[in-house]
Amino acid sequence: MITTRAKSRALGAATVAVLGLLPACSAGSLGSSDDGGGGGTTITWLTGAEQDDQLQAQAVVDAFEQAHPGITVEIEGRPGGGEGDNLVKTRLQTGTMADVFNYNSGSLFQQIAPANNLTPIDASTVETVDDSYLPQVSVGEDVYGVPYGNAFGGGVMYNREVFERVGVEVPTTWAELVAAAERIKAAGIAPVVQTYQDTWTAQLLVLADFHNVAAANPSFAQDYTAGKAKFATDRAARAGFEHLQEIHDKQLVNADFASTRVEDGMRALAAGEGAMYPMLSLNVSTLQVVAPDAVEDVGFFALPGQDAAANGLTAWYPDGVYIPKSTTGEELEAAQQLAAFIASPPGCEAIATVVTPTGPYLAEGCELPSDVPQITRDVSAYFDADAQSPALEFLSPVKGPALEQILVEVGSGIRTATDGAALYDQDVQKQAQQLGLEGW
Amino acid sequence: MSQTIGSTTGSTTGSAVRRARPPRRAGDRAGTRPGPYPGWFYLPAAIVYGALFLIPTLLSFYFALTRWTIFDSEFIGLENFAQFFSEPALTRGFVNTFVYAVITSGAKVVLGLGLGLLLTSRILGRGYLRAVIFFPVLVSSVGVGITFQVLMNPTKGAINAALGVLGIDGPGWLVDPALALFSVALVDVWKGVGLATLIYMAGIVSIPKEYHEAARVDGAGSWRLFRDVVFPLSWPATSTVITLSLIGGLRSFDLIWAMTRGGPGFTSDVIASVIYKQYQAGFYGLSTAGNVILFLAVTAIVLPLTRFLARKEVEL
Repeated sequence: MITTRAKSRALGAATVAVLGLLPACSAGSLGSSDDGGGGGTTITWLTGAEQDDQLQAQAVVDAFEQAHPGITVEIEGRPGGGEGDNLVKTRLQTGTMADVFNYNSGSLFQQIAPANNLTPIDASTVETVDDSYLPQVSVGEDVYGVPYGNAFGGGVMYNREVFERVGVEVPTTWAELVAAAERIKAAGIAPVVQTYQDTWTAQLLVLADFHNVAAANPSFAQDYTAGKAKFATDRAARAGFEHLQEIHDKQLVNADFASTRVEDGMRALAAGEGAMYPMLSLNVSTLQVVAPDAVEDVGFFALPGQDAAANGLTAWYPDGVYIPKSTTGEELEAAQQLAAFIASPPGCEAIATVVTPTGPYLAEGCELPSDVPQITRDVSAYFDADAQSPALEFLSPVKGPALEQILVEVGSGIRTATDGAALYDQDVQKQAQQLGLEGW
Repeated sequence: MSQTIGSTTGSTTGSAVRRARPPRRAGDRAGTRPGPYPGWFYLPAAIVYGALFLIPTLLSFYFALTRWTIFDSEFIGLENFAQFFSEPALTRGFVNTFVYAVITSGAKVVLGLGLGLLLTSRILGRGYLRAVIFFPVLVSSVGVGITFQVLMNPTKGAINAALGVLGIDGPGWLVDPALALFSVALVDVWKGVGLATLIYMAGIVSIPKEYHEAARVDGAGSWRLFRDVVFPLSWPATSTVITLSLIGGLRSFDLIWAMTRGGPGFTSDVIASVIYKQYQAGFYGLSTAGNVILFLAVTAIVLPLTRFLARKEVEL
């Protein structure tokens, strides 16, 4: 059954690839015929098919075409998730990729064989990209991408008004967080909001804790990729699982944690029914939709660990914009110009017109607009203080697919933290084997 | 099938072979009952069946032994099967699948028979009731799943709101780990009972009137009539309902996926959802191995069961 589905999917990918080829061909021929008349170049850009993705790309393209009258950019859409990954890989392998495309940075970027498939970005453009971003889009010395959008953080959104009323400070250690939670609970407010109907949200206490894991054990990511470090046996890594169990055992979560979604959680947080919500700062957009009046009441702090001195933010980096090897000649030149534009202040500004920044831009000269939400300011403060480090998924390609379900079980009291961590190590093994990594 | 293949290969090989063939084929025909159509009539169906079912199925037996991606595959022997059986969710998935299949098919038999009896008797608004009972069958499983997900929300859902009016504190239908699977099974029965009822109605209506009359003359009451006439004589309907709903239950996926995604955690996972998650995660070899296992498990259960039910039918 699955075989047939996989086949039809592969077929689908192939069909899309062929379809994708058609506009590329016609664009090329159009371009050359235009050249005869002294006209411009047309390039294609593959981005997400979701409305937000399309709007963001369109805003960039509009500004770019105005600045470069000779170049026309056509936007194509692709699905997200695993299906999108397959499509990107297929089109790269078959040489039918659009002239420019945006895709994840970090370990997923490493999986599309950048050295074989991509053209490095011009050195003059690379100079304008923030140093913290370069490792996420480089192989050796070569840089293949520019940041598209802004960085964001994983941590805790909190209701500042509730914190003030109850009289608690932003915690810098986990023990402080639990103490604050107990006091908030005594005031009749749910201290920690959890929303397991959207299972991915259960992962925050583990994934956003990685800054603390790396602080305690700097070589964890490397050892983990090599199959030597495990969540179940590394104390710092296991802590995230234990914290999740702790907040459930001490009943520090909202009563309806099992049946609520992100929107409900945001609403509760904004209304002061909940005080702290482990989240990605990216989701400030959800907050703006469900509680536009309360956005300024909500702040953001990094997930605290054992050591107050090492307190810092687990950071996620934006997608990169890449140019495949199949783009050549005039199209390549135009693509390089587009990449340079995206990593320049006008590019950032164009994005900011449609997407609220969720953290700092990683290109030189790009400043956050003055009217960004409190959450974004709080996240940027960690970047300014250089108290941030990349999330595990940027350092290691190994991430088990069942983490969400395992953590829902730990957070619901169905499974213990120790058991959950051990189960996750098993889950991770499959991923490492599928990737063909050494040492598994 | 073999005849079809024989005749097509025969036509492409040498004439000597062809000349040698006809007598043997004639002999074959004499042995078995001659079909009303020539062998090549089966060809289009055989091609479709072979290309869409036989070849993929056979290929999947090989790919279950590899770790594959779209581009290449690596032969790893039985490792996928070892991995799949060490999958902690799998044990649970197996148990859940059986529980789910038995509950849904049992409930469909009981309710379908009851409703079938009711809707074949002379009652007011029979046509309307028949339509109402059958209607859920026509709605897509995913649509039903999403609708019930909303209705079964513990704090905002209509079901618990209605129970609240009666003073009952409704449970977390889909979020209580002990209850989630049963809630989905309940919805499955609601959705599927219409088909079971339809099959029973057909079975009951086809029982000749003479049996009823003879039983009445012999002084049988309603219960005796049901126990000794209607139930045994509608056995073909029962066996159809059991087989269909058991197979359906064993490979159930859409409703569970739409309602709980196997959650909370892994508590309502069934074999099909475990396999799907492996596929979704990109473990293609592993999920192929899972499908081979599911294929064998369903065959191992359903084949003897249909034999048993068919024999019972003959005995009657």
